[in-house]
Amino acid sequence: MTENCIYGINGPVVTVKGATEFSMMEMVYVGEEKLVGEIIGINNEMTTVQVYEDTTGLKPGDPIVGTKAPMNVLLGPGILNNIFDGIERPLSEIEKTEGAFINRGSSVSPLDTEKLWDVTITAKIGDYLNGGEIYATLPETDIITHKCMVPPTLSGEVIYVAQNGQYKLFDTVVKIKDSKGNIHELSLCQKWPIRTPRPVKERLTASVPLITGQRIIDTLFPISKGGTAAIPGGFGTGKTMTQHQLAKWCDADIIVYVGCGERGNEMSQVLQEFSELIDPKNNCPMTYRTTLIANTSNMPVAAREASIYTGITLAEYYRDMGYNVAIMADSTSRWAEALREISGRLEEMPAEEGFPAYLPSRLSEFYERGCRANVLSGGEGSVTIIGAVSPQGSDFSEPVTQNTKRFTRCFWALDKALAYARHYPAINWMDSYSEYFTDLDPWFEENLGTDFIEYRSNISALLAEESRLMEIVKLIGADVLPDDQKLVIETARVIRVGFLQQNAFHKDDTFVSLHKQMLMMKTILHLHKKAKHIVSLAIPISRVIELGLFDKLTKMKYDIPNNRLELFDEYIKEIDEKIDSINK
Amino acid sequence: MVIDYVGVKEINGSLVVIDGVKGVSFEEIVDIQLEDGTKRQGRVVQIEGDRIVVQVFEGSRALSLQNTKTRLTGRPMEMPLSPEIMGRVLNGAGKPIDGLGDIFPEKRQNINGTAINPVSRIYPRNYINTGISSIDTLMTLIRGQKLPIFSGSGMKHNELAVQIVRQAKISGADSSNFGVVFAAMGVQNDVAQYFKKSFEESGVMSRVVMLLNLSNDPIIERMLTPKCALTVAEYLAFELDMHILVIMTDMTSYAEALREFSSSKGEIPGRKGYPGYLYSDLASMYERAGMIKGSKGSVTQIPILTMPNDDITHPVPDLTGYITEGQIVLDRMLQSQGIYPPVNVLPSLSRLMKDGIGEGYTREDHQGLANQLFASYAKVIDARSLASVIGEEELSPIDKKYIEFGKQFESMFVNQGNTENRTIEQSLDLGWKLLSNLPKSELDRVDDKLLDKYYIENI
Repeated sequence: MTENCIYGINGPVVTVKGATEFSMMEMVYVGEEKLVGEIIGINNEMTTVQVYEDTTGLKPGDPIVGTKAPMNVLLGPGILNNIFDGIERPLSEIEKTEGAFINRGSSVSPLDTEKLWDVTITAKIGDYLNGGEIYATLPETDIITHKCMVPPTLSGEVIYVAQNGQYKLFDTVVKIKDSKGNIHELSLCQKWPIRTPRPVKERLTASVPLITGQRIIDTLFPISKGGTAAIPGGFGTGKTMTQHQLAKWCDADIIVYVGCGERGNEMSQVLQEFSELIDPKNNCPMTYRTTLIANTSNMPVAAREASIYTGITLAEYYRDMGYNVAIMADSTSRWAEALREISGRLEEMPAEEGFPAYLPSRLSEFYERGCRANVLSGGEGSVTIIGAVSPQGSDFSEPVTQNTKRFTRCFWALDKALAYARHYPAINWMDSYSEYFTDLDPWFEENLGTDFIEYRSNISALLAEESRLMEIVKLIGADVLPDDQKLVIETARVIRVGFLQQNAFHKDDTFVSLHKQMLMMKTILHLHKKAKHIVSLAIPISRVIELGLFDKLTKMKYDIPNNRLELFDEYIKEIDEKIDSINK
Repeated sequence: MVIDYVGVKEINGSLVVIDGVKGVSFEEIVDIQLEDGTKRQGRVVQIEGDRIVVQVFEGSRALSLQNTKTRLTGRPMEMPLSPEIMGRVLNGAGKPIDGLGDIFPEKRQNINGTAINPVSRIYPRNYINTGISSIDTLMTLIRGQKLPIFSGSGMKHNELAVQIVRQAKISGADSSNFGVVFAAMGVQNDVAQYFKKSFEESGVMSRVVMLLNLSNDPIIERMLTPKCALTVAEYLAFELDMHILVIMTDMTSYAEALREFSSSKGEIPGRKGYPGYLYSDLASMYERAGMIKGSKGSVTQIPILTMPNDDITHPVPDLTGYITEGQIVLDRMLQSQGIYPPVNVLPSLSRLMKDGIGEGYTREDHQGLANQLFASYAKVIDARSLASVIGEEELSPIDKKYIEFGKQFESMFVNQGNTENRTIEQSLDLGWKLLSNLPKSELDRVDDKLLDKYYIENI
């Protein structure tokens, strides 16, 4: 075998001359420092490698060594409550060995190999285990039980089990014999190629909502567990803030947060906030259910491209244990730009705006990995994908936004004008949509009653009516409108300020239960109905506004604590009394 | 053994192709000697077998296919660093041009820097008091932040930057550990002189490192200027524990230099002809702001960029906005009304502000007041657009109040003298005074308790 060596270098793209024995997508080590790379193109004259680290100082003639395996990640206990870069290198371990700056060619094991885990073996000798079935469990954090599963590609009869007890990551705890008589040793971890989706038994429909505690999302644009959503918005519109809120409060069991080409200070904020924040459901820090993938914008661009896949593979692994996982990718535009950058270096023919022609297929491959399914280990799991999109120049017609729109079913469009007025979350209620209504309505009916759906459609109708009226108001002013239309504008104001706007820094407002959301809608609509009756009796609307009820309702989100929902009855009573007093 | 390669194969813009080169490494620096003895430097930007592409920093003028001797230096571009660098004036590539001789280096550092491990970052929380009401109240600058000024040609961004340098008070910083690194990229000589004079007048010149690449200097050198400046800043901040404010002007010229270089290299262009990697390239500089564990210093960046045609969606301001932690946007309309600093508050933003203000940092009402000012001013804009259609006379009483509030807000709050240094309390109180002209029921962004405390009835 001849040794393969570097022929040409152009940024993160390195070429090897001549036919090689490398295969497509094989992971390779480049140069003396063993930089991680991946084979992305082969022909009989040249093999092309993309390198996941800075290529400064590489020389023609430096060796390239293949690993005979595709780019993969190590899956096992220790993923949660940890932070990795785009190719699953543990950043806190790297900090210990290298200090505050990341050097190249760090070869640290992704997961802690020395830590002892309390393993309970669930398999027995003689059991027949199929791929994906569980053979051992261990407590990974205080709230999450890690389940060790047979790799999906294997199956066989158990011929050896270890005693329950403490084991390290690579200790063999179970051995199985497959149908050909080969014996496989199973430790606490396994490897999986990042670009291959992990298999499931069967996909299920999206019939359970992911409850986020954010009113505009839960009520107007709900997303299901296993669903896909896009959050597009220009800079400063609050994409990251919205992602953080979802990561903190949504009712998934596990959160995978991918910071893809974003700010370093933002990642340190996530790290700090999540470790300080206590999850009200179990009184543990949020980090116990979270894993972070941080490939900040100044880290190598090729690893940014991989970080999305690394994230989704970790998410799928926990889904296979039967957990509901939510993955936040912030931002997929940076990932698309990484694709464009590498495509440019390969001198591929560009399609729209310099993006490669395969952008839509890559995006759809990624979003299709989100699903709710019966998993191989038995039971149900889901991966919900929420991807932020950063459109260039805030222009939603650019290729990444448009293609993302085609492959996601929720679209939460962030609006610059709302953000400028500091209306957060700045989700524009006219441009956004959710395609999950029909799938989710049975669940809402069952859990909250049919009223919820009715309230929701009334609220959207009022908002749509307002937006139509605002066109007129912009031209001639609000004063000339008839009273019934003024009432619509006034109620819609309450909906916008009192309901849609939500304060992430207020202890009662940062997370709101579905029940409270419903009562808020009920109260607002009750006032609207009552006031409408007054207006129909030709009593001027100014008399109703003078009562101060509208202003009171805009503040009810702060005034009614989450544990005293009975106060809503008093609000209704007050509305009735005050309005009846005019009517006399 | 040192080999001189005689002659080159091809010259294209500032790029030179040399054949038959052995033992070269990527991004290595080469020395090029011309026939008349002048020396130039270049960097290896592409390797294909024994054929290399070199980017010549000083440009390819007077180069011919035969008259050069090229020598590999065996190392990447490095910046000589020592504490004595304070007070020096350097050219865009980091060479002294103040006639005080070379810098005797204590160490050399690769100008590309390395990424800060996100785990090692300290989340910035300490606010910097600039004495400018609009900035302190509405888009507070935080130590370790990168907050660009989006401006246009002819606007007063330079005055604003100088005022920030002069008035900036960093808690825990005094003259012994506060410094400024100033990087000029493609600016006119007058502008560079203006900054120099202003630094001298305010007595900070001995604390300033200036890197000057003027508009008539080679563009390839311009591509190195911010990287050299940040290497100096990182050294001063993280090794000498200083608080460093980095001012980089003008980032648009930098991006244009990058575009020129990219097109001469024959790369596939992205938006508006800028290379596809513009985002990564800008990020590799902006991300060098921050604070790290184990060091007392900090790097705060104020990049200044002129938006071509005042267009905020142009690729340079657009990508910058996605990387930096907010932006200060200047507005030509305000400037023409004689308002200084002409800060357009609505699109301006500081992302790190929320954690560095409020009780214990500034004052309990700060966040609420800022939200309310933003919301009320947004209504002013609505009222104005309505007034432009139906006339101011026809507006409802409440809209008229907003118009009046808008006028006062711009002329009293945003507007201030370029030597006027307002304390944070003065700015906040002024904000409340202006808001109190609006009916209390209009103020829906503030907690009732704070509203009762600070709202001035019957003004």
